[in-house]
Amino acid sequence: MSGHQTYQPRSPFMKWMERRLPIAGLVYSSFIVYPTPRNLNYWWTFGGILSFMLAAQIVTGVILAMHYTPHADMAFKSVEMIMRDVNYGWLLRYAHSNGASMFFIAVYIHMFRGMYYGSYKEPREVLWILGVILYLLMMATGFLGYTLPWGQMSFWGATVITNFFSAFPGIGESLVTLLWGGYSVGNPTLNRFYSLHYLLPFVIAGVVVLHIWALHVVGQNNPAGIEPKTDRDVVRFTPYATIKDAFFMICFSLVFAWFVFYTPNYLGHADNYIPANPAVTPTHIVPEWYYLPFYAILRAIPDKLMGVLALFGSIIILAFLPWLDTSPVRSARYRPLFRQFFWVFVIVCLGLGWLGSKPAEGGYVIASRILTIYYFAHFLIILPILGWVEKTKPLPNSIAESVLHDGVPVGASAPAPAKV
Amino acid sequence: MATNSSAEHSRRDFLYIATGAVAAAGGVAVAVPMIAQMNPDASTIAAGAPIEVNLAPVAEGQVIKVFWRGKPIYINHRTKKEIDAARAVDVAALPDPQPDTARVKQGKDQWLVLVGICTHLGCIPLAHQGSYNGFFCPCHGSVYDTSGRIRSGPAPSNLPLPPYVFLSDTQIRIG
Ligand code: HEM
Ligand code: FES
Repeated sequence: MSGHQTYQPRSPFMKWMERRLPIAGLVYSSFIVYPTPRNLNYWWTFGGILSFMLAAQIVTGVILAMHYTPHADMAFKSVEMIMRDVNYGWLLRYAHSNGASMFFIAVYIHMFRGMYYGSYKEPREVLWILGVILYLLMMATGFLGYTLPWGQMSFWGATVITNFFSAFPGIGESLVTLLWGGYSVGNPTLNRFYSLHYLLPFVIAGVVVLHIWALHVVGQNNPAGIEPKTDRDVVRFTPYATIKDAFFMICFSLVFAWFVFYTPNYLGHADNYIPANPAVTPTHIVPEWYYLPFYAILRAIPDKLMGVLALFGSIIILAFLPWLDTSPVRSARYRPLFRQFFWVFVIVCLGLGWLGSKPAEGGYVIASRILTIYYFAHFLIILPILGWVEKTKPLPNSIAESVLHDGVPVGASAPAPAKV
Repeated sequence: MATNSSAEHSRRDFLYIATGAVAAAGGVAVAVPMIAQMNPDASTIAAGAPIEVNLAPVAEGQVIKVFWRGKPIYINHRTKKEIDAARAVDVAALPDPQPDTARVKQGKDQWLVLVGICTHLGCIPLAHQGSYNGFFCPCHGSVYDTSGRIRSGPAPSNLPLPPYVFLSDTQIRIG
């Protein structure tokens, strides 16, 4: 590929600026002329959607923080005041709470996209691991935020999750006391959770910069899973990727708006509208939907320490995916067996999510155990073996070849005959 | 020149090591308060002082819940049937073997005083429920017997006993 054009400032001001802080040049080379594979599909728009959701959470969050009181006696009331008294407070809170869910929907699609097209493979391992770190930070942020309204689910969710750390032999108890700042979840806990909930999104923003930096070093993967070779394989970021991202962001926002305006509490839990009561545990406690598969894994294992380790392990294992998948072919398009196992894996994850929302008894526990074993087997047995035994399909010679037939995009009408 | 430069090296090395050592010590000195501030503060510890509970109003078969250090404490006035059930088990076969006699004060077999926090992940078990009619934790299904010992489910150990003493036949001090 020939090097793409560099930014040429035209106005005297921009010339002056460019010699002092070449930020316009950076934007130009990263988001205007940056070459993107020409075959990217809509699954590639979720990175942009995630950035948008992070910005939306920060904007709505900073505004909520202007009206919220982080005190065990006042937090619940202050959230109700946001809902009833603050102008458009209901909108901002619903946007923030549903925004968290939309953020997770986007990240799950983004991650499954990466798994399907093998985006974690050489040379994108660091990019992928930064993604796993972002996901962990998001989970922490969402959990901390969910405690803030100080309802029953907030309180008991915080109790159960912090108690994970009591599983560690020896230091467990003192570790949990340290986390709580007391002998149980209480006001000191709420205070520090608020502080950290405010902090972590900015840490996320910092890691996003690293993630995009790594992306721009190695370039984007694409549905064919082969590297671009010539200028015919790529298009400029603007307008092609920009407009595609923007279009799908709007579609995504429609779904977001539908939740906010038509069913704002669908993804939440009614018990969280009951003020926190340290004397009574709700009969059926469940985490937010986005943690359910991991919750099912925790409950599948009858031993406390092993359950907690399996839960953490099921997330950490993602970081090792680049080395667990031994196949040199990236895209599932050319891996017929992997493609089937991929979909089985998706169904297993959804199944675990469903089981996580059910009571931990009888058949549900047995099913959770089977799916938990499958979850780990997918990474530790199926992926390594598939790489050795699978007969992959022949890869196209170039990205252009994979999408063009005689120079015409697949599915497009033939070009008009040249004028004479 | 050669001897000179090696002498310079050793002086610089010394400075490196000395600076590094001071920085490391400073780092530890800064980390201690930063971590220690997270532990319970003086007011939280003060609020965790012992409490006294009058047992006279607690009828046989009744369970009351009091709070000590923000933790629910179950005070269970056990019936004879419950005591017998707790004693008629093969202690060695329990997941966390402990005889019922070790879980009550001598001569006060009817009073079972427990920290009502599930040893799994900290939910509050419900009294008089579950297959042993002891305690049942709704969160992940741990079942405790009438002595508060774990019988089945993911909890690793028996419900803990808070420190307490009998001040008289009807008065206890917890803490
Ligand atoms: C990564 C981005 C973020 C995520 C995933 C997130 C998630 C959440 C969640 C799930 C809740 C509970 C909503 C509810 O049930 O009411 C919440 C509440 C809250 N968040 Fe965030 N948040 C994020 C960023 C922020 C930021 C940047 C701030 C402030 C600067 C903030 C401030 C608040 C406040 C004040 C509340 C309590 C009010 C309420 O419950 O609605 N959040 N957050
Ligand atoms: S917290 Fe009681 S069973 Fe999990």
